[in-house]
This record gives sequence, C-alpha cells and structure tokens, in this order.
Amino acid sequence: MNLSSYFEIPKISSGSYKVWQRNKDVFMKDSKLNFLPPFIEPVLYLIALGFGLGRFVENIDGVPYAEFIAPALISISVMYASFFECSYGSYVRMYYQKTFDAIIATPLTIEDVIAGELLWGATRSMINATVMIPVIALFGLIDLRYSLLIIPFAFLGGLLFAAIGMCFTAVTPNIMSINYPVLLFITPMFLFSGTFFPLNALPVIIQYFAIAFLPLTHVVNVIRSLGYGILEFSLLFDLVWIMVVCTILVILSINMIKKRLVV
Amino acid sequence: MFGFLGPNGAGKTTVMRMIQCVSPVTSGSLEMFGMDATSHPREIKSLMGVVPQENNLDIDFTVHENLMVYSRYYDIPREKAKERVDELLDFVQLKDKKDTMTENLSGGMKRRLILARALVNQPRMLILDEPTVGLDPQARHLIWDRLRLLKKQGVTVVLTSHYLDEVEKLCDRLVVMDNGKILVEGSPSSVIEKYVGSGIVEAENNPELVECLNRKEASYEIIGDLVHIYTDDPKHITEYLTMVCSVSKISARPATLEDVFLKITGRRLRE
Repeated sequence: MNLSSYFEIPKISSGSYKVWQRNKDVFMKDSKLNFLPPFIEPVLYLIALGFGLGRFVENIDGVPYAEFIAPALISISVMYASFFECSYGSYVRMYYQKTFDAIIATPLTIEDVIAGELLWGATRSMINATVMIPVIALFGLIDLRYSLLIIPFAFLGGLLFAAIGMCFTAVTPNIMSINYPVLLFITPMFLFSGTFFPLNALPVIIQYFAIAFLPLTHVVNVIRSLGYGILEFSLLFDLVWIMVVCTILVILSINMIKKRLVV
Repeated sequence: MFGFLGPNGAGKTTVMRMIQCVSPVTSGSLEMFGMDATSHPREIKSLMGVVPQENNLDIDFTVHENLMVYSRYYDIPREKAKERVDELLDFVQLKDKKDTMTENLSGGMKRRLILARALVNQPRMLILDEPTVGLDPQARHLIWDRLRLLKKQGVTVVLTSHYLDEVEKLCDRLVVMDNGKILVEGSPSSVIEKYVGSGIVEAENNPELVECLNRKEASYEIIGDLVHIYTDDPKHITEYLTMVCSVSKISARPATLEDVFLKITGRRLRE
C-alpha cells in the first residue's frame, strides 16, 4: 500500500449531508440533555476557576483572570465536542452499531459517511460555542463586537478536532484504546495551550512545540482575540495553520477509515 | 431466485459484498444491470436491496424512523417515503411495532424489518445473506412467503444460506462454491440428479455389505457406521440388498441438496 493513497482527494457527494441529518436527528431526540452541558459547564468553571481561583491571580495582560479563561472554555468545548463525537461516538456507530455498514449498502459511499460524521462533529462544536457565548456574555466576560465570528470559527476548529478523532478511530484496535490519545494528546492540550495560563509562562522550547503541534493553541488564540474584541493581523497565521492542518487531516482520516473498512 | 451455497469461508459473502459494490473487485470484471461495479457503484446500489448477514438496524431509531431515515439515503421524497414505509410495514407485518425501538424487537421481527428496509427503494434485485439464521419456523415461513411474492413481482432474488432445504424450496438456480471457485451450477433438481441421483439408500456399514455393493458396481459412500448408496432406483437396490446381501436394517429416501453439498465439499469441518 503506498503512502500517496492516503492523500488522495476523496470523492464526496451530497449524500454526506444525509449522514449529517441522521446524526442530527438522533441528537435532537435527546435535545434537552444534549444542550445542557454547554450551559452548565462554563458556569461551573467560571465560578470555580474564574471567580474562585481568579481572586488569587493577578491580571494577565491587563485582563482579569475570569475574562482570560472564558474564551479558553469555549475553545476547550469546541475541542471536546467534536473530538469525542468522532472518536468514541463514531467508533460505536462503526463497530458496535454497524451503522456505517447499513448506510454503504445504499447509494452512499464510505467517503460520504465519514464526511458526514466529520461535518456533524464540527456542528456539535459550533452548537456548543453558540450556547456558551450568551452564557459567558451574561457574566460580562466577552466583548460582543466580534463574538458572533466565534460561531463559524468554532465549526472550522471543530472540523479539525473531528478529523483528529476520526484518525484515531481508524487505527484504534478497540474502544478502550481511545483512552491513549485522550490521555496523551487531548488532556495535555487542555492544560498547555495557553488555556488557563499564558503560553509564555512555559519554557521557550515548549512554547514552540505547542505552536507547532498543539492545534488547540491556535484555536485559543483566535477565540481569545475575538472574545476580547480584537482583530489582529497575527490571527491570520493561526487561521492558515488551522486550515492547512484541517484539510490534510480531513483527507487523511477519510482515507484511513476507508482502508480500515473496505476489505 | 438464485442461491450461493458453500461451506463457511468459501467466499459467498465476499461475492455478495462485491455485487453490493462494497468490496473491491481485485481481478476480472463485475457487471450489474449492464454497469461496471467499479465505476458505477452509486447507480448500481440505488437499484439494489440488501439483507446483510448481521443485523445492522439503527438502534438509535424506532421501527418507523429506521425506514424513513433509510429512505432518505435513497433520496426518496418524504411524502412518497411515508406511503412506501406504511406499505412495507404491512408487508412484513410490523405495523403494530411502528414506534418500538429496534432493540426491543424479537429476532424474527428484526429480520423482517431488515427485509422491509431492503425494499424501500423498490429494488430490481434483492440480495440476502443468510436471511433466516436463528429464526423460528413461523418467522422463516413468513420470510419465504414474502420472498416468493417478490419473485412474482419480478424482483431478482439472490441469497446465500446454510439451510439447504430453504435453498431447495426457493431457488430456481444455484451454485455450490468452495475456496472461491464455483464447483456446481444448475437448478436444485438437476444438481441433485446429476451428482447423487434421485434417491439414497442408507444401510449399516459392514464388510459383507460393502463387498456385495462392489459386486453390483453400485455408487456408494461410507460415512462412519453408515453406508450411503446413490441411485435413481432405490426400490431395485433395496430389493437387491435384502434378497442377495441379506441386509436387514435399511432405509430409502429422496436425495436432497444436503447430500450434494456434502458429497462435493466433503465432510471435513470448516473454520
């Protein structure tokens, strides 16, 4: 099997939208339960960390601690929502529920299925961001000027983490093994991407590492700027980084799943 | 109606998956409805219905929702799909279970729902991989009955099954395959006629009997402590054995596909 086949552009049809619809229908069945976490979680974190811990923390770049972490909370939620949807969620649908097998007996192909799954993962990130913005705004911790731009950006960031999750789904030998990327990749990102303290508090080498390899760093950068109401030229770097890596991983993840399932 | 027979691991499911345009055709070519399977999978799949070996209903949905969501994959407009789904629920007698989640259905109901699901797009061809595995006689008969009806409506039905009585009853033509090769092809009756003859006489194995059969130049097979004698004239052989060879324990029966199957693919256990 040659390496270039992993980077072939997959042929995706509008059928992927039907896979998206299928997941949306399931989500809406439990909509009350599913919309609750993005309401509750930011409130809990803001009270405990922002206002509790924050009382003992000095301002960061002239910004109170609660306001510093508020955009990071949205970023983390964007990461978690799509990563978990396309790792554990997709794995369950693929392996246990055989949902993918049932769908590819119809005119839809496996490429459509995975594209639909990724788009749905990204949508979940966007839903979470959309719910969190007003909650955080209620605490007065977000500048409303560019805040709505966070919503489409959450879709893009969500797509990136969806593709990361899907790559692990393609290689994981069983569902328990998804714990490894969570422990070794997602959790370090949660802590070391400029989320709860600025990146420049870390040794320089780790700062470079975070900028090069930890996608959440860039997502936090963008959402924090938009949350502060600042549009900077440097955001373009983050945006390009995310778009390039996202494109590569979306293509890669679709081809990897295809290799796993088509025998 | 066409049947694929063969021991486990013979390649039946692989052939089925290639016909469904799910597994790649690695050598040779495969054409369905006059279209190449490699270049036109979407078109071919839109004309086909599939009942897979493993139940893969969508457990996140009810019976009715399962069929509606599936119709959407075929681009069937919502109103038309609703009508079709109601018809199909009637057809497989699941109307009462419309709003039940699929995990609460019995094995037979799940199978029937999968059959209904395979029909939402009014396929020209229906593929069934072990459609009645693990079902009680009532449920099997209902499925058979439905398949015969579909056949009458002009649907081509292709099935694999280990229940050879099922294949004998339903199929017009069949192949027996092993190790990816077709060994036998024909109608059930012609295959039985050709490979074992119309009747089988069973007798207890002992050296005198075998010697007696050798003298007669009969076609026979020793299976443990039984001897199977293949014949088109069971009456004649039975008389010969009782009169000439003085065998007492003896029985005659019509030959079945199972006899052909075991004769051709051997009695060795498969993985």
